[in-house]
Amino acid sequence: MKVGLFIPCYVDQFYPGAAIATLQLLEKLGVDVSYPPNQTCCGQPMANSGFEHLTGDCNRLFIKNFSGFDYIVCPSGSCVLHIKHHLHSETNEAEAAAMRGKVYELVEFMTDILKVETLNAEFPHKVGLHQSCHGQRGLYLSQMTELVAPAFSKPRQLLNMVKDLEIMPLDRPDECCGFGGTFCVAEEAVSVKMGQDRVADHLNNGVDYITSPDLSCLMHMEGILHRRGSKVKVIHIAEILNGKRNQD
Amino acid sequence: MSSRDKILAAVSQNQPVYSPVPDISFLQGDNDNTVAKFVDILTTIGGKVILAETIADVRFLLLEELKNHSRKVTTVPLLGDIMEMVNKSLHDPHTMENIDYAVIEADLAVAENGAVWVTEDKLFTRVLPFICQHLAVIVKADNVVPTMHEAYQKIGDSTYGFGTFIAGPSKTADIEQSLVLGAHGARSLTVFLLS
Amino acid sequence: MTGNKDHAALAEVFNKDEDRVDWHDETLWFIRKKRDLAVNKIDNWEELRETASQIKNNVLSNLSNYLQEFEAKASANGVIVHWAADAAEHNQIVLDLLKQQGITQMVKSKSMLTEECHLNEHLEANGIDVIDSDLGERIVQLAKEMPSHIVLPCIHKKKEEIGELFHEHLGTPAGNADPQFLTETARQHLRDVFLTRRAALTGVNFAIAETGEFVVCTNEGNADMGAHLADIHIASMGIEKIIPERKHLSVFLRLLTRSATGQPITTYSSHFSKPRKGKEMHIILVDNGRSIQLGREDFRNSLKCIRCGACMNTCPVYRRSGGHSYHYAISGPIGAILAPNLDMEKYADLPFASTLCGSCSNVCPVKIDIHDQLYKWRQVIVQKGYAPTAKKVSMQAIANVLGSSWKYHVAGKAARTVMQLAPFAVNNKFNPWYKHRDMPEVPEKSFGEWYKINRNK
Repeated sequence: MKVGLFIPCYVDQFYPGAAIATLQLLEKLGVDVSYPPNQTCCGQPMANSGFEHLTGDCNRLFIKNFSGFDYIVCPSGSCVLHIKHHLHSETNEAEAAAMRGKVYELVEFMTDILKVETLNAEFPHKVGLHQSCHGQRGLYLSQMTELVAPAFSKPRQLLNMVKDLEIMPLDRPDECCGFGGTFCVAEEAVSVKMGQDRVADHLNNGVDYITSPDLSCLMHMEGILHRRGSKVKVIHIAEILNGKRNQD
Repeated sequence: MSSRDKILAAVSQNQPVYSPVPDISFLQGDNDNTVAKFVDILTTIGGKVILAETIADVRFLLLEELKNHSRKVTTVPLLGDIMEMVNKSLHDPHTMENIDYAVIEADLAVAENGAVWVTEDKLFTRVLPFICQHLAVIVKADNVVPTMHEAYQKIGDSTYGFGTFIAGPSKTADIEQSLVLGAHGARSLTVFLLS
Repeated sequence: MTGNKDHAALAEVFNKDEDRVDWHDETLWFIRKKRDLAVNKIDNWEELRETASQIKNNVLSNLSNYLQEFEAKASANGVIVHWAADAAEHNQIVLDLLKQQGITQMVKSKSMLTEECHLNEHLEANGIDVIDSDLGERIVQLAKEMPSHIVLPCIHKKKEEIGELFHEHLGTPAGNADPQFLTETARQHLRDVFLTRRAALTGVNFAIAETGEFVVCTNEGNADMGAHLADIHIASMGIEKIIPERKHLSVFLRLLTRSATGQPITTYSSHFSKPRKGKEMHIILVDNGRSIQLGREDFRNSLKCIRCGACMNTCPVYRRSGGHSYHYAISGPIGAILAPNLDMEKYADLPFASTLCGSCSNVCPVKIDIHDQLYKWRQVIVQKGYAPTAKKVSMQAIANVLGSSWKYHVAGKAARTVMQLAPFAVNNKFNPWYKHRDMPEVPEKSFGEWYKINRNK
């Protein structure tokens, strides 16, 4: 199988470490993975702001860059959800539809397609798992507390394969962090309050690291952690699963 | 065109493609420990349950309680000698204003929520269970059903001018979520469960 | 847009008092947790939701027939049925009914529909004194405010504030904020109101097409105290509140209160079929934009709402902005998908007051796809031209850059360079992100640049 690596725009520019970890992790798992260098963005920033009608070029570029792969894998739940629901083509909708079915977020790709059972990784720290709404409720990466249904969690399943990693329970396991795309600046007061409350939950439960399958959430919480001078760090799940022992 | 016509025309035009009504007969409660569940739930929501065997027992138990209350009325003939019988042909419900303790009967109770079902013909006057300060309801244990599904099966297509489910005493938590029993309806609810 | 009276501006004001926001948020989260406890006791809760959703889908698809069936059955029972195309007509019908009987005082139990129609204002302007009997509604009435939540009208008020209101209007001792004492005061005050008023107005939780009866659910018993003592009982109902058969109440009454407050059922679930002997019972079927919403394919499912408020209790934005930030009778997630139908310009801000987290859709007892509708309303609002100009301009610019590979790379490199060499250019008060958050650190290379060097592709 040939896998195309899809890296969210802001991860490419500001968090390349997570992208590198994703690439290395997939390579270690024996995947033939390559990164189409002309990719840009999935279009979500515009679409979630009401400007889906401006995402035509993003869609065209995405289809152009990612045709020919068996799977498209991305270390971001919200970007994958957007593509799954909103990738369209004016000229070849069948191609877009096929591509929508091939795009996977990294964690679900590892549990559902690669069916990973062991990992060579060690992370001897107390970790808070932030669920990320789009990944959890959109892609169903884990069960949500709203439903009366059996518990499961794909991120947790993978983190449990990491030696000496302790997942700390939270008071509100799946409340939104408040990033929300342009919401983070358009409704700055509420966004920040939500982020501060999320961070406080992790701090109150004694974590050293906050991890998540989504860097947008982590970027928002990291901004708050740095501002308050906290020693707690954020780290994308790919980096932990890839064997990084700590974030310096 | 009347508003009725306008509204119905707009609705007819705009309603979506027909979607059939689902069958709900598969929704059922289970019959285990129905009475125990009823007692548990009603107690949790602030009601009181007293087990008795017959109405004669209830009458005996009431004798002590009634000493604490001023005007006491009932719709139950067998209690007519110790309490005032509600006048069936009563026209003005305002005269019920000073009722302190009222005893009525219900033919149906629901375990999952501690509710009893009473209709107008059993109340004589609709306002009775709301206007009294304290309410007691006599129910047979055999008439306790597991869930609302069984309750509506029992109610069937019976006709009533008014009917109500009453689950515990009136209450409110509108002031900072502090639960207060005794809002506008009865301050207390006691169910006499006859075995 | 409503200028500086939009959700973001109002929420910013709300957030100035952080302790109060925490109190508001924790109170509502507590109710969400009570809901969770209650629903987890029902093994087939998700089946119940699905069943309710399908029943409501059927109702919307057959609404015209059900309304006519309901009217026929209710009329045969002696209930007088009225139709109101809009809020003004509804208000006038109520006023006319009272004036015909020479009534100048009315007691009202909770009806969000009447809040939507601004009934109280209309009646008062026409010489009718209206007293709200639901304790929470009475409190906001005394405070001259709108309710901030559809089920818990004064959830935004602290008991000390309520104590002060009662002291000012009902003569309770100053400084007394004991809920028991204040409730008892309200009981006495309103008992007198129930006993002396000849007209009572209630809302309708469910109306049954099959039988012509309607159901009113309360914990306080106020709807019943009003209706059973009045000469005329008026019930106000949105046309979407119909359900097909009496037995369907079993589904909805199991879902409603568990979703709303975590109780298995409200204290009273009163079924009204016929007027009392010699008295009048009226029902007003109100459209007020509902038939228009019915025609909106993407948004009609919002009409399935049974007004439980679960979406508000779970919404992390609602909990931290308060109902009044939505500047509409119905706030929170459901308000945000109902309001734009009535006035897209005035309520253009509401669908954006969300992170699209999806929690609301998953607590909704009738499975309204609320968060999907919020996304879709955003597209409609922008297409209709109600987005602010600055946003239109910046979105066009962003789309331009992100839609082209070379522009994206140039812009990305430029942004990182600026942040690296001149951090003060972004780390300042003009950058809304920077107000309370640090900017991300700038890496040496982008991933694309690293890949080029390290994988030689």
